[in-house]
Amino acid sequence: MDLGLAGQFVLNGLMLGVIYAMVAVGFTLFFGVLDVIKFSHGDVVMAGAFVALATFIGLQVLGVESLLFIVIAVSVAALAAMAVLGALIARLLVLPLRNSPPLNTLLVTLMLGLALREAVRLFYPNGSNPKPFPALLPTEAFTFGSFTLRADSLILLLAGIAAIVLVHVLINRTRMGLAIRAVAQDPETARVMGVNFERVVMVTFALGSALAALAGVTNGLYYNEVNFGMGLLLGVIGFSAAVVGGLGNIYGAILGGFLFAGLQTLGAVWFSVPAYKDVFAFAAVILLMAWKPTGLIAEKSAERV
Amino acid sequence: MKLRLVCLSALLAAVLGATLPAAAKDTVRIAFIGPLTGGVSANGIGGRNSADLAVRVRNAEPGTQYEYELVVLDDECKPNIGVQVATKAAADRKIVAGVTHYCSAVAMGTVDVYHKFGMPVIVWGAVLPDVTYAHDYDEVHRVNGTMINQNDVAAKFMAGLKYRKWVVIHDTTDYGKGHNKYFSEDLAQQGGTILGTFGVTADQQDFNAELTKIKELKPEVIYFGGLTPIGVRIRSQMEKLGIKAVFQGTSGIVSDAYIEGLGPLAEGTLAFREGAPAEKLPGGKAFLEQYDKQKYPDPPEAYGAFAYAAANLIIDAIEKVGPDRKKVMRELNATRDHQSIVGPVTFDDHGQNTVPLITKFVVQDGKWIVWEDSDYAKGKRKLPR
Repeated sequence: MDLGLAGQFVLNGLMLGVIYAMVAVGFTLFFGVLDVIKFSHGDVVMAGAFVALATFIGLQVLGVESLLFIVIAVSVAALAAMAVLGALIARLLVLPLRNSPPLNTLLVTLMLGLALREAVRLFYPNGSNPKPFPALLPTEAFTFGSFTLRADSLILLLAGIAAIVLVHVLINRTRMGLAIRAVAQDPETARVMGVNFERVVMVTFALGSALAALAGVTNGLYYNEVNFGMGLLLGVIGFSAAVVGGLGNIYGAILGGFLFAGLQTLGAVWFSVPAYKDVFAFAAVILLMAWKPTGLIAEKSAERV
Repeated sequence: MKLRLVCLSALLAAVLGATLPAAAKDTVRIAFIGPLTGGVSANGIGGRNSADLAVRVRNAEPGTQYEYELVVLDDECKPNIGVQVATKAAADRKIVAGVTHYCSAVAMGTVDVYHKFGMPVIVWGAVLPDVTYAHDYDEVHRVNGTMINQNDVAAKFMAGLKYRKWVVIHDTTDYGKGHNKYFSEDLAQQGGTILGTFGVTADQQDFNAELTKIKELKPEVIYFGGLTPIGVRIRSQMEKLGIKAVFQGTSGIVSDAYIEGLGPLAEGTLAFREGAPAEKLPGGKAFLEQYDKQKYPDPPEAYGAFAYAAANLIIDAIEKVGPDRKKVMRELNATRDHQSIVGPVTFDDHGQNTVPLITKFVVQDGKWIVWEDSDYAKGKRKLPR
């Protein structure tokens, strides 16, 4: 295998990894603050992509032509809408169930995911068909032997990494982040110290869901196609990535996301029938779980988020 | 959706019935089954409209003995759903016959159901040979040709264009595997080489890893055996990796949805399909005129004319022998040189129409154009080499 080809595989894997990591970080944030698993997360990714698509169509009707403006407007709309949705989910579904068995939260969010998916399928015009997602980023390509890097892929990769870094900074360097970490570590003591518990939980859910929306937009811009069922597999992969990395730990989620993408890419390279690549990746995850049940980077009680 | 359609068609029948003269005709029910939701729903809806058109046109004619009603069911292009709705239709003794299935995997799954209940059906879109040839059921017929004819023509045509090196991507359903098998066999006879074969899942999103491998193999042509949704994904991801090979599809991507999903990227895509475009068919012009008159919101798509012809064959049989499943089945089995809008229909002893007619298509300026009429055939434009 020559260098260009290897580089291409690495790039493909990195792109997938960034999308998976963005989804996985959401799972890990929610688990960090409340010890809940929110299974509607994948469908929030999908809903974010559809909000972006609808915004794009709206802007076209209005006759907006500046691509830069469209990209920003579309992303902001998707992120804002999903942040609100995330906060609402926290306020209306997750917080009221805080003192009931964790299984209830899991079930409720699973149902919510199904409702979101079917709502898009039924109420988005022709929602059961795959929708072309516009290519809004520059498409210049840089070619080196068998290696091709397109500007849009590079922008998406950098934007994804920047978003993850931003979330990290937000949690480790700001007052709000301090509050999130405090709640994650010990909700009762945090309350006694004057932290507004409910607000912190809602902000965390808003943050995770906005990141999911960004994953949805990235997915749409990268593949130029979205469909109502895309969140299902992304949710499962994001969750597996978070668990393998160590639920509750941001670095773990990022590591898990890239690890899963790497496994899928390896699977596709090794097997002559590429359909086996998911089997390979998930089987590897099972083995990793058996080896390290708490995840690769286990959650430390002193630094939970 | 399904319920709404049934209600709608029932309502429509009621309205039509109310406006007709009082001379009460018996109502005869015919089923239409196709994918009305999901990735290939554009084809399903086009087929449903066309079958509906056949019924409406017949009901408007004064000389018919029966009042026809189309019962529309959605198989979602999923075999499990297909078996459910096929059972629903076949178990309903009021339904005499059916115009059934666009997806091969679904058509394969349901043949046993029709045989068990003795309901005669005419397949209007599925192209897997096994749908008619893997069993001896008298109930199952098909108006469109099979992928055997399609791939034979495809291999000869592509060899004629002096292409030598292929890579095959196919989905791992019966449809995709069948295309892979027949095309590979036909291509070997033509002296073409297949550098690699890639089976992919039918709902896969990311093809970058497969395409990166394919890029290294440097094929002249990428042959794709599968349906529109992943066809769109593969073609657009090819572009991102800078793969310049010709994209050669099958009947599964000859749809407006393929072009809509890709925009300018669809240019130069080749595909092959049984029959000919509606306007070139023997009765195609009249069909399109009538179709436009009914103001359906969606186009008839590639297989609409076949659904129309299938519905007409059934209605003709019922007019002749009455609404009895066994008699209708025998009448259909005896079909020889029956004039239809897709040309004369003759069923062989497996109920397969023996049309050899295969049309070659290329996308030019956002439309599927018959190869012979295209700028590519005239040498004004060139396919990538």
